[in-house]
Parts: sequence; C-alpha cells; structure tokens
Amino acid sequence: MNIYDLTIHELKDKLAEGELTPAEIKDAFSNRINEVEDKVKSYITITEELADEKVKDYENNKDEILAGIPIAVKDNMSTDGIETSCGSKMLENYKPPYNAAVIECLNKAGAVIMGKTNMDEFAMGSSTENSAFFNTHNPWNLKHAPGGSSGGSAAAVAAGECAAALGSDTGGSIRQPASYCGVVGLKPTYGMVSRYGLVAFASSLDQIGPITKDVEDSAIMMNVIAGHDEKDSTSVKGKKEDFSKYLKNDVSGMKIGIPKEYFELDFNEEVKQSVLAAVDKLKEAGAEVETVHMTDAAYALAAYYVIAPAEASSNLARYDGVRYGLRSEEADDISTMFTNTRHQGFGDEVKRRIMIGTYALSSGYYDAYYLKAQKVRTLIKDDFDRIFNDFDLVITPTAPNTAIELGSKSDPLEMYYTDIFTVPINIAGVPAISIPCGFDSNNLPIGLQMIGPHFEEGKIIQAAYTLEKLLNIKDKRAEL
Amino acid sequence: MIDKKDVEYAANLAQLKLDEEEKELYTEQIGKIIDYVDKLSELDTDNVVPTAYTVPMKNVLREDKVEDSLPREKSLANAPDKKDGHFRAPKIMSD
Repeated sequence: MNIYDLTIHELKDKLAEGELTPAEIKDAFSNRINEVEDKVKSYITITEELADEKVKDYENNKDEILAGIPIAVKDNMSTDGIETSCGSKMLENYKPPYNAAVIECLNKAGAVIMGKTNMDEFAMGSSTENSAFFNTHNPWNLKHAPGGSSGGSAAAVAAGECAAALGSDTGGSIRQPASYCGVVGLKPTYGMVSRYGLVAFASSLDQIGPITKDVEDSAIMMNVIAGHDEKDSTSVKGKKEDFSKYLKNDVSGMKIGIPKEYFELDFNEEVKQSVLAAVDKLKEAGAEVETVHMTDAAYALAAYYVIAPAEASSNLARYDGVRYGLRSEEADDISTMFTNTRHQGFGDEVKRRIMIGTYALSSGYYDAYYLKAQKVRTLIKDDFDRIFNDFDLVITPTAPNTAIELGSKSDPLEMYYTDIFTVPINIAGVPAISIPCGFDSNNLPIGLQMIGPHFEEGKIIQAAYTLEKLLNIKDKRAEL
Repeated sequence: MIDKKDVEYAANLAQLKLDEEEKELYTEQIGKIIDYVDKLSELDTDNVVPTAYTVPMKNVLREDKVEDSLPREKSLANAPDKKDGHFRAPKIMSD
C-alpha cells in the first residue's frame, strides 16, 4: 500500500516503529496532492509552508495524538491569518484574526494541516457544486459529485490527499459526502465539539466532525476535537472520553431498530439491498434486529427547510461589507452598498435560502412556519427518544442514492431530497456515523448510517467498527 | 402559494437586490419549496412545546470580569475601508 493510502493509526504505528519519518509522510501526501489535485480539486487553499513548519516542530509534539499526521480542514473553520472563504466570493480574501477551537485542538495534537477544502457556499448544498470557485470531483468517478457540503474534505480523504479531514454537518454535510466518497463520516451529538470559529450557517444544527478512512481513525479524531469549550455556550459540559475504548468487535445483544417508514420510501434499490445485507451480517454476529416505526422523514425534511434557512437568514445578515469580506465599490450611500455587496457576494442557493428564511420569520408567517417547524422538531426528537428507550441503535441508508453526476440536478427541491435520511438526525441533535457498506453496479460507494442516542457516540463507534470488520471492504481505494 | 410580491418583500427585508429574471426564477423555486414545507400543517401540534435546542442546556453565564480581547489593529485588518482606527462606510444620510 502507498503511504498516502494509510490510515492515521497505521501512520502512527509506522512513526512509532521508526519505519517512516514525519517528513517522509508529509512529502508522500504533498506529492499525492500534486499528482491528483488537478483531477479531484479538493482544496481551495494549500498550506504547504505551515505544514513544513509543523513537520520541523515534530520533536516538540511527538507524544501528541496526531503528531506528524496530515489533516485537511473544511474552509468554514477559522484559521488565524489563513484564508477562510466558506466557498463564497463574500469571504474570498478573508483571513480570520483567530483560530477556531478545533484548529487549536489540531495544533495542540501536533497535526500537520495540509489545507482548506472546497465546500458548497456557506455549507448550503449537497454536491459542492454551490462552491463559488470550482467543482470538486468524486475520486471514484470524476464525472460524479463528491456530495456536500463537505465534498472537498471527503474527496481529499478518499483520494489520499490527507490522512483524515474535518467537516461540518448541518443536515448531512459530513455523512452524505462520506457516503458518496466511500469513507467514514461522524456527526457527533450537538454540543460535543466546540463551534467557536466555525462560520455559522444554522447554529442549532451545525456540528463539526471527522471524515476518515476507517472507524478507528474516527475515534482518534474524536479524542482530539470533542470536549467542553467555554467559548461556545452550546458546548456541553462533561468529562473527556477516550473513544478508542469502544473499538470492540462485538455487537452481541445490541438492539438495532430498522425504521419501516424510511425503508418504504421510493429510493435506489441497490442502496436498499446493500444496507439490508449489512444489517443481516450484524444479525448473524449476534445483534437483535427489529422493525421500528418512526415519523415519516419527509416531515423532518420539511422542518429542516424552515429552521435551517431561518437561522441562516439571521446569521448571514452580518455580511454587509462594513467590517470584513467583500464590499461593493459601486455605491455612494450605505444602503446601496449593503444590497450591492450582498448581490455580488452571495450565490444563488445562498440567496434562495436567505429569502426562504426571511419569509418564514416575517410578520404573519412566523407561527405558520418557524414556530410550527420548532414544534415538529419536538415530535421528531420525541420519536428518537421513544425508540432509544428500547434500542441501542437505528440503521438507515446514509443517502437514498449513490454519487450523482456533476450538473445533473438543477431543481433545488430534488437536491434537498438527497438529505432525507440525514436531516432528521440534526433536527433531533443525536449522533450518527456513515460507513461504506458496498458498491453499486457502477462501482460507486454506498453508505450505511448508524444513529445513536445523545452522547452515545461510543455505541455507534463500536457497532460501526464491528460492521467494518464483517464487511472487510475498508482497504478498497478509489483508482485515480 | 407565494407570488412575486412575496419574493420582493423578503428580498427587501434581507437587503438583497434581484433583477427581473431572478425574481421570476426565485418565485417559482421558492414557491415549490414553500409548498413542500406546507406538509408540516398535516401534523397535529396543538399541545406540543417547541424545541430550539435538543440537548439539555441552561443559561450559560461567566464571571463578569475583563479579559483580553482582539487588539484593534487585528480587528480592523480585514476592513474594506478604515480611518483613524475605525471602520469606514459610505454616507448614511443623504445630502
């Protein structure tokens, strides 16, 4: 296997045994970026010099968790003095004056940050085609999208352009691209990872999480980024947990619910069969599998497309051309400057969502849309609570399909539908992981989603680790 | 069903400028999305309490003491226009 194909834990082993040096590892990944980046286009910014500095500093960090490990970061996480564009013209030249909490975590852990990855503008999208700069291509088939909005991060991991990456997930933006790119994506419980310095999209739904080559790496990354941060008032207090203790090949007696209403939806048959076959393997390994009833996911999707745009319309009001970011030069007075700046700086999808959110919050419609959606949110959360009284996990497909072709979906609502299985999880605030469970007839990866109760990342890591062993496909890489 | 006036109203509130073509396109697209979202009215929520945050959380307070903040120079570093340590913007009052 090539160095760039190795996982975090494999690279750590080789460093510990002296088989590889940090410089050799960094060079292997840099060379890989030079070799494939023209085709994949995962990165908006490559931070070569910083990576080299970190490698030179290895001796001072060598006992830390990610010492010498090349990591990529989605371009909506603030990096002190380094461009953080959010995939938007609005922030094209913006250099934050501070680091996001997760960047501080990575730095402390000795990680070698390779660059900032492409994304849908302000994380609004499901294919990374809403990036203001360029498309990212799926490493499994370059004509296909990597998914989104963390498409650059997922593609970079799948293409060997980093060992692992951080993404953010508001309605599926870690899990869906992980599914499309054949890698592992974990969205932690809301409040597990600090959002300080994450450019806000929908604050009650946003959560940062890892995109990795396997489940063990996911646990390692969680050990680095999870924990309370007083700079994020929604960050949850609690003891730091060692997630690697859940890396156990054992699902005996674990109770798994299969939501009937989700599997009855009209979606890709190959995806459905692949997920059900994986569930059968868990059953053979001793898990107890039962059908459960849940509220139709379509209601969660409807609630999401009120709540997320409403919060976005409020969060994105700050882009006014005064303090940072783009300012339109074609204006003599401030009001024209505001509208011209927002006209030039925002892309279509962002404008669309700002308007939906503004409409849903406006006088006369607030009760019918925003308040109603918040009440439906209670119903969806109660639904998960009820099921988790009797079950350890719920399993669904991650997405209703495999990676779509670039340019194939122009109708916004049709694109939103690819998030049908991931959105309810953000609405309820519970954790979920996507792991590869097979390939369709076009050799595109299929993702399986495991959902657990609040703060039970351990359960999903254990079940995902076991399934990964049972399926034995984790070493398969995209050919580029 | 939403019409062009609704789109103009929302765009105005959100400080967005739309040309005629965009207005037509957004009216159609946002109309379809709002129609989909209207699904929510099928659910009975009469006695349901709304949820804003899904994990247990109380007011988060900190001690009222002065701590370091970003230096002025750093805060102004990204400003499109600045003068004498302030952000500078086009005029607010007309002549």
